[in-house]
Amino acid sequence: MTKLAQWLWALALLGSTWAALTMGALGLELPSSCREVLWPLPAYLLVSAGCYALGTVGYRVATFHDCEDAARELQSQIQEARADLTRRGLRF
Amino acid sequence: MAAEEASRSSPRFRREPKGRVSRQDKYSVLLPTYNERENLPFIVWLLVKSFSESGFNYEIIIIDDGSPDGTRDVAEQLEKIYGSDRILLRPREKKLGLGTAYIHGMKHATGNYIIIMDADLSHHPKFIPEFIRKQKEGNFDIVSGTRYKGNGGVYGWDLKRKIISRVANFITQILLRPGASDLTGSFRLYRKEVLQKLIGKCISKGYVFQMEMIVRARQLNYTIGEVPISFVDRVYGESKLGGNEIVSFLKGLLTLFATT
Repeated sequence: MTKLAQWLWALALLGSTWAALTMGALGLELPSSCREVLWPLPAYLLVSAGCYALGTVGYRVATFHDCEDAARELQSQIQEARADLTRRGLRF
Repeated sequence: MAAEEASRSSPRFRREPKGRVSRQDKYSVLLPTYNERENLPFIVWLLVKSFSESGFNYEIIIIDDGSPDGTRDVAEQLEKIYGSDRILLRPREKKLGLGTAYIHGMKHATGNYIIIMDADLSHHPKFIPEFIRKQKEGNFDIVSGTRYKGNGGVYGWDLKRKIISRVANFITQILLRPGASDLTGSFRLYRKEVLQKLIGKCISKGYVFQMEMIVRARQLNYTIGEVPISFVDRVYGESKLGGNEIVSFLKGLLTLFATT
């Protein structure tokens, strides 16, 4: 099954469960407080997924490692390499 | 995971003998180049340094795609300096894709492991011994360098570039669940037969090619180890990330999403 199919299946499953519960298709007598939560649930989920995405990406951007040391090390090794290779007769 | 452990400890399934015999492991580094005249001497020097210090057996295969800047001339000088058993020149007439460069290089590789990396000094050879240790530790089929984990990171990226990178990585992780944290990086170690098998299955180009390699690897149940790396963006020459790259990345991502 492709990833797309997996997503569609999961969404269809969740969507139909939600629809069945809100429409009362199962004949369940849900308390009204339950139904009040259930009705806007997809919107809540969507918003919290968005918040999670923004939060995660924001945190990861803020904590993205800046490898200053690696860049400095590379620069000094390039100098070393240039000297060594020139000594060995490389024409740059 | 448990099955993996079991197959690892059972000698019948062990893919290669350990101990003294693994001394014969040989690592072929594939360096596809196009206009890397300035970088090539340094990357080769660093590779030689890293391998001499760690003592692993190696060869460097330079696949130059007819660079007009004289990369080939520098490569020939390096071959003279370090010997033609260490530096192998396998040029091609003109610029052909990265995937075919790997196929071309692998035809001439005598190692049982292949290391692929960029020749522009953004990937430092000092990480190669860590890749090799990681591979041996978990008997992995692939070891991938990652900028997104542990001490990994980047140098020379502005905020915009970091945001694009993190967003792209986040979306990819959600959609493809690939089992590796850095999909677009191209600093990796493969078992030779694994790379051969994977390359035949991959059709995309550019960033997406590296991503497809990992996604296909997961499909084929290959194991992937990860080593944090620091990525130092191009010292000489300019790095490219334009609107075109982003669009083709998204196209490739959606294609993989719908087909794998």
